[in-house]
Amino acid sequence: MISQRTKLYIWLLGINLFISTFTFGGGYVVVPMIRKYFVSRKKLFSEAELVDMAAIAQSSPGAIAINLSTLVGFRLAGMAGAVISCIAAVLPSFVILIFISMFYADFSANPLVISVLRGMQAGVAALIVDFVVDMSMLLIKERSLFLTLLIPTAFLANFIFEINVAIILIASCFLCFVRVWLNERRQK
Amino acid sequence: MGELWQLLLAFLQIGLFSIGGGYVIIPFIQELAVEKYAWISQQVFTDIITISQMTPGPLAVNTSTFVGLRIAGIPGAMIATFGCVISGVGISILLYRFIQRYNKSVYVFETLNVLRAVSLGLIISAATTILLLTLLGISEISMAAKVDWIAVAFFAVSLYVLRKWKMNPVLLMVLTGILGGIVIQ
Repeated sequence: MISQRTKLYIWLLGINLFISTFTFGGGYVVVPMIRKYFVSRKKLFSEAELVDMAAIAQSSPGAIAINLSTLVGFRLAGMAGAVISCIAAVLPSFVILIFISMFYADFSANPLVISVLRGMQAGVAALIVDFVVDMSMLLIKERSLFLTLLIPTAFLANFIFEINVAIILIASCFLCFVRVWLNERRQK
Repeated sequence: MGELWQLLLAFLQIGLFSIGGGYVIIPFIQELAVEKYAWISQQVFTDIITISQMTPGPLAVNTSTFVGLRIAGIPGAMIATFGCVISGVGISILLYRFIQRYNKSVYVFETLNVLRAVSLGLIISAATTILLLTLLGISEISMAAKVDWIAVAFFAVSLYVLRKWKMNPVLLMVLTGILGGIVIQ
């Protein structure tokens, strides 16, 4: 008999290997993938919890994909879940890269490989836009002008003004502390 | 042994200072692996970025694997990848536990709300970069851009299918890959 816990470990290992194998075009694709398999299909946690974990993964150093997979594993199965998910998230790209680096020159010059990858790139862009639309609607529904305005502000600061992400995160936390502090003072 | 140790230290630094992930990490790796330690040449570095973008997985992980492999084979790849990933993962878990423990505090609650909004803005920023690269073949807004109409069509149909039928993401990737192989060339 396989215990419930072992089953969860095996499932985590499999699903993370699977998701990670298909994260072409950067780590952000992992967020909609995790939403599909963990939230929509298995209902293991809520959409709001996913957004929380994505925010934490994003605010920590390193790749959001690895951080998020690890956090999700931690949320579902503690430290063992985190370790399993992290290894499963890293392994596919690790193996594929070792394989590719052996005959990199042929690979990168192959026109078929390039066109398949360009097709996938368009799919990735659509996946991310789909996710961003849903998440923005979720946040706007909270009806907080401050939070809603933070989305375009962070976008502009990062994309147009190219301000370092760490500075944006620290500045917004500082702004938030001042805001809560002022609110508390007003109530006294 | 000395080389492996250096590799670990270098990638620990890279992992720790790459808040924001993805493209933020490129200049760090360049500074350490190309300029400071001269492990790889600029040309090889540019090649690594190209391979990393073509293969699944985050840029940071792919680049550390490749650099580690070049310098010390499979053990080098393992050590570099470990170094690159461990601090982000550790800090994420600590932060998550902290937030769970103190979620009654109004400061933690509000900070989480703010982080949520800000990180959404940052994801939109990354999405815009990916969109520009896909549809126009450039990473910044400029007049020289030429619209790639095939990519626009691929993108529009994918988005429609996703929003209308909630299509499975992996199936979408496989289909766009196959169609890309047939249509684009």
